[in-house]
Amino acid sequence: MNLSLNWAKDYVSLDGISPKEYCDRLTATGSKVEGFEILGEDIENVVAGKVISLERHPDSDHLWVCQIDIGEEAPVQIVTGAQNVFAGAMVPVAKAPSKLPGGVNIKAGKLRGVASNGMLCSISELNLTTHDMPGAIEDGIFIMDGIDCKPGDDIHDVLKLTDTVVEFEITSNRPDCLSVLGLARETAVSFDREFKPVAPVVTYAKDGDKIENYLSVDVQNAELCPRYTARVVKNVKIAPSPLWLRMRLRASGVRPINNIVDITNYVMLEYGQPMHAFDYSCLDGSKIIVRNAADGEIFKSLDDIDHTLNSTNLVIADEKKAVALAGVMGGANSEIKDDTATVVFESANFLGSSVRVTAKSQGMRTESSGRFEKGLDPENTMPALDRACELVTLLCAGDVVDGTIDVYKGKEAPYKMKLEAERINAFLGLDVSEEYMKDVLRKLEFNVDGDTLTVPSFRADVRCMNDVAEEILRVYGYDTIKSTKFVTPITSGSRTPIQKFELLCADTLCAMGLYECETFSFISPKYYDKIAMAENDPRRKSIVISNPLGEDTSVMRTTAIPSMLEVLSRNNNYHDGKTALYEMAKIYIPDEDSKNLPEERRRITIGFFRDGDFYTLKGMCDRLLDKAGITDASYVADRENGAFHPGRCANIVCADGTVLGTIGEIHPTVSAGYEIDVPVYVADLDFENLFAKANLAKQFKALPKFPATTRDFAFVCDDELEVGAIEAVMRKAGGKTVEDVKLFDVYRGKQLGEGKKSVAFKVVLRAPDRTLTDEEADKTSKKILTLLDRELGITLRA
Amino acid sequence: MKEKLEQIRQAAVAELAAPEADLEALRIRFLGKKGELTAVLRGMGGLTAEERPVIGALANEVREYIEKAIAEKAEAQKTAALAKKLLDERLDVTMPGKAPAVGKRHPLAQVQKDMEDIFIGMGFSIVEGPEVEYDYYNFQALNIPENHPARDTQDTFYITDNILLRSQTSPVQVRTMEKQRPPIRIISPGRVYRSDAVDASHSPLFHQLEGLVVDKGITMGDLKGTLETFAKTMFGEQTQIRFRPHHFPFTEPSAEVDVSCFVCGGKGCKLCKGEGWIEILGAGMVHPNVLRGCNIDPDEYSGFAFGMGVERITMIKYGIDDMRYLYENDVRFLDQF
Repeated sequence: MNLSLNWAKDYVSLDGISPKEYCDRLTATGSKVEGFEILGEDIENVVAGKVISLERHPDSDHLWVCQIDIGEEAPVQIVTGAQNVFAGAMVPVAKAPSKLPGGVNIKAGKLRGVASNGMLCSISELNLTTHDMPGAIEDGIFIMDGIDCKPGDDIHDVLKLTDTVVEFEITSNRPDCLSVLGLARETAVSFDREFKPVAPVVTYAKDGDKIENYLSVDVQNAELCPRYTARVVKNVKIAPSPLWLRMRLRASGVRPINNIVDITNYVMLEYGQPMHAFDYSCLDGSKIIVRNAADGEIFKSLDDIDHTLNSTNLVIADEKKAVALAGVMGGANSEIKDDTATVVFESANFLGSSVRVTAKSQGMRTESSGRFEKGLDPENTMPALDRACELVTLLCAGDVVDGTIDVYKGKEAPYKMKLEAERINAFLGLDVSEEYMKDVLRKLEFNVDGDTLTVPSFRADVRCMNDVAEEILRVYGYDTIKSTKFVTPITSGSRTPIQKFELLCADTLCAMGLYECETFSFISPKYYDKIAMAENDPRRKSIVISNPLGEDTSVMRTTAIPSMLEVLSRNNNYHDGKTALYEMAKIYIPDEDSKNLPEERRRITIGFFRDGDFYTLKGMCDRLLDKAGITDASYVADRENGAFHPGRCANIVCADGTVLGTIGEIHPTVSAGYEIDVPVYVADLDFENLFAKANLAKQFKALPKFPATTRDFAFVCDDELEVGAIEAVMRKAGGKTVEDVKLFDVYRGKQLGEGKKSVAFKVVLRAPDRTLTDEEADKTSKKILTLLDRELGITLRA
Repeated sequence: MKEKLEQIRQAAVAELAAPEADLEALRIRFLGKKGELTAVLRGMGGLTAEERPVIGALANEVREYIEKAIAEKAEAQKTAALAKKLLDERLDVTMPGKAPAVGKRHPLAQVQKDMEDIFIGMGFSIVEGPEVEYDYYNFQALNIPENHPARDTQDTFYITDNILLRSQTSPVQVRTMEKQRPPIRIISPGRVYRSDAVDASHSPLFHQLEGLVVDKGITMGDLKGTLETFAKTMFGEQTQIRFRPHHFPFTEPSAEVDVSCFVCGGKGCKLCKGEGWIEILGAGMVHPNVLRGCNIDPDEYSGFAFGMGVERITMIKYGIDDMRYLYENDVRFLDQF
């Protein structure tokens, strides 16, 4: 809402208040100011001047040398290239030196040898349009025809250019402040000055003509239209509005059109009540019907766009057709034209939510709908209509036909409540006198009778103690609140076990050199193809956003791998260093029943390149499992996961079958899709399962008291045989005395033969209660070798 | 013989004076089986009984003297050799270090944790809630009915008519109050979503941290005290806070809260755009309709709530001027924090 302070001054004195003070105080009392602009500030030393004479420039066939009376002793000589200047014309003269909008500086000079001491201005050079100054031309000097002035008058006064416009951000609970009157009231309360509203006076034609001769109104849906008031104006003379009114509209950011349309806009700005004017001659059947649209009904709005309506839309219609979309926009079929002779002024109240739904569904949010949807006061329609009629008379725009149509479903009883002064003070932690409270409320037009408050009809936002407390506090000053520390029974502030586990994982991952990243939760459904997810993978079913910003962010991810690959790819493009990252973020698994919320599971995704290999990745996961105290997890090769290298992918599975995640080298085709040409390693771990399986209780174990004995073994076996299998057999055979089995060499070579490999292990043997003898160690070794031979058919390398 | 022994002592001292003296050769020359001292001792047979013990004692003294001198010299040579070796091993200490790889948490996570820790210190617990949420919790239970214009300030992503991506962390307030009776003292950090295209100051996904306190006798002064403690811990002891009136449907009275600029201290600078104050959060007293909706009697209990953007605080704290950096995850960016 842009407020013209000139306009506000009609209702409250602003003497002695600077724009800055004004804005600071209004912000402090709850009407947030975004900024202010001093209009006319960019024009200096421009005056009205009368052309005394003009003659051709001696050296030019298009320049004119003018002598201009600017109210000084001698006329000033100015050379102009404009062709519409004539002797006797009143024109704006930028004297030398002067300033014009856009940082233009006018200085004295010579044009083809002839002195020119200034410039004659066009409207655009004064930052005006033909809407602001009807009758003026765009490509010529502004001939100030019919504007009351004399030579030498400052152009600011002549054209009423000086004003201060304050831009307010009005919150949705205060539609009453979307008006000059509402903001003037707030101003008066804020500065403790008198608010001086004036009741508009309607002057009827008094020729015996009555509104009943023209119009009847039938409101068929009183719920959506609680009140419909209207008057008829005849003998309308469509003309431009007077300068003062145009300049107020201009300052408010509204384009002047003609007197009747300008009156509706002026009243909307002043009273906050949207109005509409119909051309009476376009109404069929002398009747206005407020009804729901028919499904499929076509309506052409003022801006010549066809809208297909449905039965939830409320329309203003005559007997045959819709002439306006209620509270949103008028129709092209009944718009005010230059020859309009009779006008119907509508000042109605429509249900906010209904206007909102209609405006939204038809994609036409207007000044009017923006106000209605916040819920307007039905009591305001009549004063607004009165004001419109008063302006009609003031502007000599027509004759107001006697009588008013007012279809009102019934005035609601004023809302009454108690002023609980003590409770308000306790609630705010303040000590404000009850008298002060009452004084503030009275200024805000509450009726105060003892401790009974009657809330004004335009303050539907005030309904409980908290609301009243805020009214008082915002005037008393939010800054008066003193900081206190509340004392209540002690609540233990701490993290839950899973929140602590999250921090433990984060610390562990960072300690392994991984940087945490944050990626968007939504992805493109195409990304599932991009990571070669199987067609029948259940993860392809995601939560779909019905109004996404774009396809790239249209579904909630069921895997965080594409996000990780994207970040890796971006890093690969940005620099050639190694990149090692992790993310701990959610995936979203839809429920079978779309009425239920999805399951949100946190995943830990690790990704890196140029910083290690598969076993680096596995080592990281081992470290994480170790931190979590998970000891029964094993790595099971997975050759079917499309996202990964078929020979370098494993699932981490617990003894009970719980899958903790998948790790591996990304399939080269997939990483090529992300424009990465080096091996990429990714682990995709289920945080919730890790936590479920975690054993974070630590227990001290005595350090060994007796030395260990080691035995080294080397075997030749099929290349296909996993070392994990050999290790498992060795542990099983050796029993309790096997403390550790360490793989220390794997070798493949021609002399071993095709498809064979040599693997070497160091086995650490130890007994807790004694030093093992060589015989005991040899016995264990023998057991190991026997079982290996029997179960896997492998023997010591010759 | 006495003179002879003294000569040997003198000779040994002279030989040992040389820095590079070959100690083994000297030991053999003076003390060895065929050494000079031994030679003298062998000649002791020709001495008188009176002379013998005197010369013997002297000879032993010279032997011990030379032995000790050689030992000392050996120690000195060893020390010198070590010193030389260490000198030779000297490094160019300006050459680059070999840092073990250590990752870092994302700046947002770091700031969020700092914020959490401050509130934990004040007795708050951390509660989490779903990001895909019912319209009821995100709006209706927060005093924002369907078709309410307040919904415009939060352009929301919808899944179905009733399910959406939460546009604020406030639904966790309602979920908490439904389950827990006062006293309630919680914070709830997490991702929220709004239909804003990505630019330097907007992102369709960002993080909020919500706070809620409900108990008997909670006042707006308590709200200010809590936020002041937070601001001073987060931005420095000299930080002031300022309340400005605002409107949120789920709090009444509501306030926008500014902190005094911690760069210029309120004088006005680039960070605070000359204002001296930086807006960091919204807050207010929980609306009685919200309490009532959760079966908490507003006549008995009162409470306050606040919500702040983690991105905003992170950007202010580190002077990050473009929000997009936070989601690009360039390691060169992540390594700065």
